[in-house]
Amino acid sequence: MAHESSSFRTDVFIDWCPGCGNFGILMALQGALEELGLEPHQVVLVSGIGCSGKTPHFVNAYGVHTLHGRLLPYAIGIKLANPDLEVIAVGGDGDGLGIGAGHFLSAGRRNVDVTYLLHNNGVYGLTKGQASPTLRLGVRTKSLARVNINNALNPVATALISGYTFVARGYAFDFRHLKDLIKRGIGHRGMSLIEILQPCPTYNDITTKEWYGGEDRRDPETGRPRPRIYKLEEEGFDPEVRDPDEAMEKLLRALSKSYEWGDRIPIGVFYKNEQSTYEERIAERLPSYFERPPARQRLSDETGVPLVDLRSLLEEFRVF
Amino acid sequence: MAGGPQGSGVDTAAVIFSRACGYGGLHIYGKREYHSNIKGLHSYFHIRVSSREVLANSSSVDLLAAFDSETVVRHFHEVSPRGGLIVDERETQKNIFEIPTLPKEFKDDLKIKIEKLKLGETISDLLKYIEGRGGKVFIVPYMGLLRGIADKLGIDNLLRVMPTLNVLSIGISFSILRYDKGLVERAVRTTFSDRPRIAEMNLLALREAFDYAEKAFPEGLGTSLRVLRPSEERILIQGHQAIALGKIFGGCRVQTYYPITPAGDESWFLEAHEVFKIKGGEGSMLVLQAEDELAAINMANGAALAGARAATSTSGPGFSLMVEGLGWAGNSEVPVVITYYQRGGPSTGLPTRHGQDDLRFSVHAGHGEFARIVLASGDIRECFYDAAMAFNYAERYQVPVIHLVDKALADSYKTYEIFEAEGYRIQRGKILDEVKPGEEYKRFKIGDNAISPRVFLGTLGGVHWYTGDEHNEFGHITEHPRMRDSMVEKRMRKLELIDREIPLEEKINFYGERGAENIVVSWGSPKGAILEALKALNREGHSLGFLQVRMIHPLPWKEIREILRDRDKVIDVEMNYSGQLGGIIREKTGIPMSFFILKYNGRPMTSTEVQEALIEILKGRAPERRVLTYGS
Repeated sequence: MAHESSSFRTDVFIDWCPGCGNFGILMALQGALEELGLEPHQVVLVSGIGCSGKTPHFVNAYGVHTLHGRLLPYAIGIKLANPDLEVIAVGGDGDGLGIGAGHFLSAGRRNVDVTYLLHNNGVYGLTKGQASPTLRLGVRTKSLARVNINNALNPVATALISGYTFVARGYAFDFRHLKDLIKRGIGHRGMSLIEILQPCPTYNDITTKEWYGGEDRRDPETGRPRPRIYKLEEEGFDPEVRDPDEAMEKLLRALSKSYEWGDRIPIGVFYKNEQSTYEERIAERLPSYFERPPARQRLSDETGVPLVDLRSLLEEFRVF
Repeated sequence: MAGGPQGSGVDTAAVIFSRACGYGGLHIYGKREYHSNIKGLHSYFHIRVSSREVLANSSSVDLLAAFDSETVVRHFHEVSPRGGLIVDERETQKNIFEIPTLPKEFKDDLKIKIEKLKLGETISDLLKYIEGRGGKVFIVPYMGLLRGIADKLGIDNLLRVMPTLNVLSIGISFSILRYDKGLVERAVRTTFSDRPRIAEMNLLALREAFDYAEKAFPEGLGTSLRVLRPSEERILIQGHQAIALGKIFGGCRVQTYYPITPAGDESWFLEAHEVFKIKGGEGSMLVLQAEDELAAINMANGAALAGARAATSTSGPGFSLMVEGLGWAGNSEVPVVITYYQRGGPSTGLPTRHGQDDLRFSVHAGHGEFARIVLASGDIRECFYDAAMAFNYAERYQVPVIHLVDKALADSYKTYEIFEAEGYRIQRGKILDEVKPGEEYKRFKIGDNAISPRVFLGTLGGVHWYTGDEHNEFGHITEHPRMRDSMVEKRMRKLELIDREIPLEEKINFYGERGAENIVVSWGSPKGAILEALKALNREGHSLGFLQVRMIHPLPWKEIREILRDRDKVIDVEMNYSGQLGGIIREKTGIPMSFFILKYNGRPMTSTEVQEALIEILKGRAPERRVLTYGS
């Protein structure tokens, strides 16, 4: 590999198509992990099925490549068993909003401290480009036999109404901006969703790198492309809830902003609202949860005798 | 037996009755039957009490406490000739065909039954039938008694004292059984210990009932319950509670679940006991209610990778959804435990009733081939030990373990000598706490035996990968033919290792004489009824042994073959249509079952019906398949 200097790279051949948006996402993720000063053993990358699902194999950190749509249950199970781990979920749009949609919503209800990168390319790439839940109505990519007759789900809006406490959107080919978003998502205490617009050069000839970059609509005077993507922060958009009273107003503004599409497509942080995490709520019920989470409890003495006091457990059942 | 509409306190009555018997040193066995309904449909509790250990229900009832007319209609024929029925005076004139909660098909059967018995159509006609057979009927003016209680408490509204009806019936029952009132009072106090005012109201009801019955029924039932003083310490416990305790004791620290009957009670219990005492401090279990069973199994898988002993708990419809997670655990060698409470299937089937239809499903569920363990408990004590052992098996062999139980075990009650687990040791298998710098760690290292040391997620130096794809030793995806062969063989060879290492006494139980001419083969909850039948039949001079299979997969088929070889008759007893264990035994050993005693109406086998079916077989009068039908 060319980048041996990076501690988060592996020597596994990256088998994505040339020009795939996933390369940008992978670089941004590795860059974010390095800049945060994390060690490989502290990080667990959890993925689903599809092209994005292979991501953990390309990152030198603990990798759990799971089932289609189930990355969030795995991520949550791992994080809650050992809250010291930095758990990052990496999945596609079909994975998260199709087969795994129930988990996507429920993750918002819990607010576990997990960062979720949702690669959005509008198609099921690994199975040859069928329409994904984010492909817009009336669109026919070159991989489709017919025009798509489903409406699209909006990942940012769905995360907002589900209760995610950090919701952002990045672009696969804006490395610096995406890396920064991932760092902020990881830094956020609670459930973060970062939707990543990811061109699929093989199957999606509609939302291409050129289209996002506005190369189809060059300025007639300068001849320069007029990009569709713009950054929320450059327009002074303030996503952060600093006072519970402004939560609803900011949520609605973020929701409204998330539907902007076509000529102007916003990226950046839409919403951030720090609240109690699921782990903190657990700790209210299990007082020793953070010192001795499930994965780090001692179960027995040196000879294997369980530490649990069986007699005290049986006391309530005693009749004689 | 106590019966009434759901929501009328049948369960509470049963708990108080069982406790009171337990306090008196008596043994009890009891089971609940209920509809998939919250309020109104018929439910009942069938308890057997004895000075000796009781293992199952029988098909007759010595004392029936009916809270409503439907209970009389459903159970009058079960009241034994020396038995009795306690009934509300308001119910006696009711027409049995006007009971709205009786389903049409029940009424059709009932019509035929009463015509055959030449009975009229009112409850009092059924009471006459009981009396005609020598039974006693105790007609109680419950409304008058309730009014008396309300007056003493200064309450105008009779509805507020209505919930004591069940305790009134318990008072009447124990009074006509001449039982120690003090013990019943203690049972009432314990049952309502967190609600002192309710406890007082019920204690008053109890005393009113005793006073009334002593005057109204001076002769009593004729049978009395005598208090004993056993030398052992005893508990009264249900199957789902025993499993929950086994999990806490065995080190399970993450339990995930999605609500389903009858598995849900276990998780509720665990949540109520999530913080517990350990030597030198406090332990805790994280109980997670997932959004569905897909999440439940996969959260548990994740927690197991992080290093927690993790389990999930479900019933048939939930397990159907869990199958993909089971396969992932098989492929990634995840030590996860699935507690599987069977109920009658397929699909939603009989949500609150019993069945053993899922043995083959547990053994075969999932695409592809991978090692798993299927362990079936036959009684509540085994539920406790097996629940703890399941984690040892899972971690030692790095395989998913399905602990197969059923509805009859889940919510039946039984008295036991207090559980001790002197011999139980937590065995976590091969685990590396650290990987030294410069050493290369391979999670799926191919070595001499099929088990490669585990490293928990987060361990310094141990970075590795998991995938549902075929993988190489590091856990990275591979489609290389030789590596594929090696990994398939690594996973499948575990079955031989399990078969070789786990001692036989953890895999099968044998009861009766080793050299018996005839052998009964079974698994799971029919065990109690079979043991009672066996005892009675061997006393009559029959030669009968009983092989209980606990390790369903990998099946200890060589040992089973030795036991079944050259017997006169091999009789398979199971709660399903096709004799699933019998089929698997035949597949593995080549030995066919000579007879099947099967049942699939959703109600557990009673010792009476098992005994009757066995007698017919032993006398050479039985067909190859006999289907049991007892139950309401």
